[in-house]
Amino acid sequence: MRLLFALILSLASGSMSAAPVLSVTEVAPGVYVHLGVHELPDTKNHGAIANIGFIVGERCVAVIDTGGNPRQGKSLKLAIEHTTSKPVCYVINTHVHPDHIYGNKAFKAPGVQFVGHQKLARAMATRGLYYIDKAADQLDVKLTADDIIPPDIAVKDHLDLDLGGRTLKLTAHRAAHTDNDLTVYDERTDTLWISDLLFIEHLPVIDGSLKGWLAELKTLESHAYKTVIPGHGPIVTDWPKSMQPEKAYLEMLLTEIRDMIKQGKYMEEAVETVGYSARGQWRLFDEFHRKNVTTAFAELEWEN
Amino acid sequence: MKIETIKSWILVLLLAPALALAANDDADWTNKLKDQYFAGKSIEESSDVIEIDAPYRAEDPALVPIKIVSKVPQTRDSYIKKILVLVDKNPFPFVGEFEFTPESGKADLAMRIRVNTYSNIRAIAEMNDGRLIMTKKFVKASGGCSAPIGADLDAAMQRLGKMKFRLDDGAKIGEPTQAQLLISHPNITGMQMDQVTRFVKKSHFIKEMRISFNDKPILTAKTDIAISADPNFRFYFVPDKAGVLKAEVADTSCESPTSRDACTAGNSFSETYTLNP
Ligand SMILES: [Zn+2]
Repeated sequence: MRLLFALILSLASGSMSAAPVLSVTEVAPGVYVHLGVHELPDTKNHGAIANIGFIVGERCVAVIDTGGNPRQGKSLKLAIEHTTSKPVCYVINTHVHPDHIYGNKAFKAPGVQFVGHQKLARAMATRGLYYIDKAADQLDVKLTADDIIPPDIAVKDHLDLDLGGRTLKLTAHRAAHTDNDLTVYDERTDTLWISDLLFIEHLPVIDGSLKGWLAELKTLESHAYKTVIPGHGPIVTDWPKSMQPEKAYLEMLLTEIRDMIKQGKYMEEAVETVGYSARGQWRLFDEFHRKNVTTAFAELEWEN
Repeated sequence: MKIETIKSWILVLLLAPALALAANDDADWTNKLKDQYFAGKSIEESSDVIEIDAPYRAEDPALVPIKIVSKVPQTRDSYIKKILVLVDKNPFPFVGEFEFTPESGKADLAMRIRVNTYSNIRAIAEMNDGRLIMTKKFVKASGGCSAPIGADLDAAMQRLGKMKFRLDDGAKIGEPTQAQLLISHPNITGMQMDQVTRFVKKSHFIKEMRISFNDKPILTAKTDIAISADPNFRFYFVPDKAGVLKAEVADTSCESPTSRDACTAGNSFSETYTLNP
């Protein structure tokens, strides 16, 4: 019983004490990133798995993704306060996934504008109830509707945000990783915050459109960037080289699934046979590959 | 920390294993669904007539391929007349009610459904003599980041109403032949958060489907929001000669995702396939 009591106390204090300052690295002048971990969101990591961070201008700060739970959002806010005295003026959500948006509420304040893809609010509305439910079950995180904060500024194609002497160029993409992917380009340091359009080491997850994703990669690949910040995996300084494994994986899915459909095979068979040659090359392959085949198959079935 | 808080923590910890077990239970069926669909009737539990084939884990809650496999042939004298499919713990458990005939050949049915959480999927077959036989399969929820809606809503909207049939090669006269029907439709659940209301979409889904061969019914169904976006069905029929396979489907729109009291009729779509074996 005493052990149980101690366990309870440690659990309780873990969730109630002040949030710690999040560790961040300055990957380019004024660009700070907290690197996530390659884990499935669960009740131990509480969904804090993605790369998140912020960019500091002369006037103010733009947060780029807020973390996988409200507490990580608070930790990120503390990291910003430890780094600069400038206020946060924008919170940019790169897409709807929980590991990128659940820290939003920590930044809700007068003078802060939330920014997202024009389809982000809809995605939040249609997924929100389910996500709140799952957060309790799967992350051991208590969320309410107030934690899901839709954008004040919706980006349709492109938008420039001025942080004072520093312009962030935002691009809303077609359906790719999700149907609401937004990337952020920092002109000053030639850094592209590509978020979940790029997975390194962690298996890419398709929750939008396989064909759309490959098309967006083709466009992005034709540009040179000094630094690229993926949503999952290490910082990239050899773009587009580090993107090739992701592209190869997605292209392999496209080819093999199209072939299955042409042969009159069903989704259930595709899930068992397509793409297993890539298994050794990725973390979390067993957790996400079958889902990828499922989503891609349903999309490709409607070609022609 | 207040002593009350500590007590409630202890309670939570002690209850946790019990709650985990409860996920695999029949409470929703016993307390609610059984009476809702089969009040006063007795149901035999067995996998001798039909069985459910489903993945152990729902890799994508929006798209769980399941298959009802029949163990008895459809003959004039004895056949499966109807199969009701439920997902106990979905916000709206009713997946569909599927009617078969002797012309179906086999009362097999594959489809893709939405599964919100750890739940039993349940199928109850009604034989032509009125006998009810139930089978079930437990499915674990997905641990990923996708939600039970559909990956690309706008793509499905743009194709709305488009349909196609796919048939196995080598259809033989007088033998059960498998056909696949693909319907492009977002099958919107209508589940959404209230405060982001600019995008309010009522539920909007395929509610009925009639498939016939040379005007003889093969599969007639009532369906609902638990069917995945871009509904996809595989079923059997016995072609007695060359002819036309026809699907007629209709959608509806309802005010609430979980009530069918206020709905308006939508559009009808149809598709045919000429079979010349
Ligand atoms: Zn993501």
